[in-house]
Amino acid sequence: MTGLEGVGRWFWLAAAAVALIALPWLMPNDFYVNLASQILVYAVWALSLNLLVGFAGMQSLGHAAYLGGGAYVCAWLIANAGLGHAAAALLTVLIIGAMAGLFGVLALRASGLGFLMITLALGQILWGVAYRWVDFTGGDNGIRLPSRPAPFGLALNQPAPFYYFALAVFAVVLLVMWRIAQSPYGAALRGTRDQPRRMSALGYNVWLIRWSAFVLAGFWGGVAGLLYVYYNKFVSPQALSLQQSAEVLIMTILGGVGSIIGPVVGAVIITLVKTVVSSYVDRWNTLLGVLFLVVIVFMPEGVVPGLRRLRRRFGP
Amino acid sequence: MIAALEIAGLSKRFGGLPATQDVAMRVMPGERRLIIGPNGAGKTTLFNLVGGELRADAGSVRLFGTELLGLSTQRRAHLGLARTYQILTLFPRETLLHNVVLALMGLRRLRWQPWIRLAGQRALHEAAQAALARVGLADRAARIVSETSYGERRRLELAMALVQQPRVLLLDEPLAGLSAEERGAVQALLSAIPRDITIVMIEHDMDVALAFAEQITVLHYGQVIVEGTRAAVVADPRTKEVYLGG
Amino acid sequence: MQFWVIQTLNSLALGGLLFLLSSGFSLIFGLMRMANLAHGVFFMLGAYLGVTLLQAGVNFWLAALGGGLLVALLGGLLERCVLRALAGNEQGQVLVTLGVSFIVADLCLVVWGGDPIPLSPPAGLRAPLFFMGLAFPTYRLAVLFVAIAAAVLLYVVMERTRIGAMIRAGVDDMAMARIVGIRVSLLFTTVFCLGAALAGAGGVIGGPMLSAYPGLDSDMLPLALVVVILGGVGSLVGSFVGSFIVGGLYSFGTALFPDLAYFVLFLPMLLVLVLRPRGLFGRTLA
Repeated sequence: MTGLEGVGRWFWLAAAAVALIALPWLMPNDFYVNLASQILVYAVWALSLNLLVGFAGMQSLGHAAYLGGGAYVCAWLIANAGLGHAAAALLTVLIIGAMAGLFGVLALRASGLGFLMITLALGQILWGVAYRWVDFTGGDNGIRLPSRPAPFGLALNQPAPFYYFALAVFAVVLLVMWRIAQSPYGAALRGTRDQPRRMSALGYNVWLIRWSAFVLAGFWGGVAGLLYVYYNKFVSPQALSLQQSAEVLIMTILGGVGSIIGPVVGAVIITLVKTVVSSYVDRWNTLLGVLFLVVIVFMPEGVVPGLRRLRRRFGP
Repeated sequence: MIAALEIAGLSKRFGGLPATQDVAMRVMPGERRLIIGPNGAGKTTLFNLVGGELRADAGSVRLFGTELLGLSTQRRAHLGLARTYQILTLFPRETLLHNVVLALMGLRRLRWQPWIRLAGQRALHEAAQAALARVGLADRAARIVSETSYGERRRLELAMALVQQPRVLLLDEPLAGLSAEERGAVQALLSAIPRDITIVMIEHDMDVALAFAEQITVLHYGQVIVEGTRAAVVADPRTKEVYLGG
Repeated sequence: MQFWVIQTLNSLALGGLLFLLSSGFSLIFGLMRMANLAHGVFFMLGAYLGVTLLQAGVNFWLAALGGGLLVALLGGLLERCVLRALAGNEQGQVLVTLGVSFIVADLCLVVWGGDPIPLSPPAGLRAPLFFMGLAFPTYRLAVLFVAIAAAVLLYVVMERTRIGAMIRAGVDDMAMARIVGIRVSLLFTTVFCLGAALAGAGGVIGGPMLSAYPGLDSDMLPLALVVVILGGVGSLVGSFVGSFIVGGLYSFGTALFPDLAYFVLFLPMLLVLVLRPRGLFGRTLA
């Protein structure tokens, strides 16, 4: 599932854990620590979508609704409703979870392409609302988050503390996704992806399984939204755009659908490329489009499995 | 005694085309019922109606007295209905063992568990292994489905249906596409199925099917033409008519 | 009263534009079973090409035709070179069209810049028509007539010509169509180019109303999606009715409740999804 077998796997995992924990000391300056934090935020988001795309086999083009939605709800609750961080975070994930529940009911009225289109339409509607309902959402100006949270009194304003906070959340989400993947529920999810008709005949409630995956993906997407708004201290309609939904989808597909490491790898690659490209040239959108084309046509199963396949073909 | 499967007035139209017309059938517990008829007679449609994948226009289907129409496919599985398909629908990227594990899990609460390790469920895996052994696939349990022969896949499908411990088992052409040798193996398995499972089978291979069946229903253009014991149906002139024209 | 006249004609004209946009989208979806997410960018590219052609002194209606043809050319290239390579993988095709939409949108930004560029309507249609003491925006009326003419033409092609029969056969039952000997791959290219042409021409025709600006594609694509969800996939009548419903809701919504325009659009789409997932006229989205 992670692409590594046996003793080698534990070694690499341990090495990665050590590297991640030591990262702030290994990086030359704050810029890179912040970049790492950003990657972690997107990795959490990609992991949440992977539940839907990789495990349940349902392609969604509206996942920005949960990142942006979570960010907006949290920012609004704190900036405009005066709630404290703990209450706002809790309320945000509950609201986003409920929204995912509602959207799931609507989107699951169809499957395959119909599902894709409905998720796209729902995501666009949320974006349109954020853009137009200026009184409520600030329109193009967005909403500013006055402060980052201070869990257990620890301030997160500096790059390194925030990085560890993000790393902790990432570790939790990674653990949750891993447990789901090797659980009976995870097996049922993959079953509905491969043979929904057979699963029904075997006694599984395919609709309920899909809907629950949708809600879980939305919920954890909302958690990513919280991290997103804490990191940026700001949210604008851009967070709800189709482009954002496309970015997270390509992250999930690029790394390798169906594995846990895949979306993380995808998040790393896309975020790095985007940051590097954006500093030299304005053509990130074109590159994103080209990436889509290349990945879908030549490496539809993702980088990790694709590289493995190429190595088998051309290796020793 | 209550019928295992009682169908009455079952009808289904596709647009203007009547696929199933007023079909009635009474299958008693432990019976071996064969459904035959030329291509397009509506046999698989009948199974899809009983299984819940198609919604009937009219009629009733009772499983040991419980009305099935209006219930979802998965609900019917929980009530004791299992089936195999004309076109194999297995999980191609999984091992044979995992296929059976999925079949076993379908009726257990375990299937909703998101945290525990599935691979650590010893009892479940042992039961799956035993099920594979009963169909002669124990030594191939760790193989991926896509790496097995067609005959092995048919047997796997049967194993998956049997682990559901159904009360009524619908078999849709279980012998289709098998070599003579594989057919013998599957035939032996079918004969060994205990009598607490009622079997309704669609089949084209007349020799095996006729040997297996006790009661036969002949369908043509979605209607029941002849029904009765094997001897009676074989002797009935209408049966020959259905197959030779008219 | 004047307000209602303007608003009504705005909705009708928008409905007409949406029909030009979504009829192609619906046909492509119905026949090729894939959602062409590049359709919004076809519309926008058409508008920009219209800008350039008009600046070069080309007659407005010829520019519309030219824009349509050039976009059709791009569509044909896309279909033959990329989509063909993913035959059978409809979800992959959809994602690829999304990628193409990013590329084309970005390139439009490079070529034409970030400022909105208005298009002037043809000279004869600039002055309003006066009738019963009310002023009717003439160009909006023209757009409506063009859309209706296009609808009638499409209807005639679909119902009365051989190619229309082939398209309908393909939409209804692809397997059967192949068996009967219809050259499906040629049909796909034709329909894709036709859809692109309609979108491109629509972009030029819509130019005087909407202008050409970056983001026009992301504004139009969701509207086309809602039209198809409402009207049903693969149905010309559905696109027609759906376009005017959406055009009306969006125009009046934006005019009367500017903050909540998307909600006004939202609600009927949700109702249709909940009560009748295959839309008012079409087949299942699944």
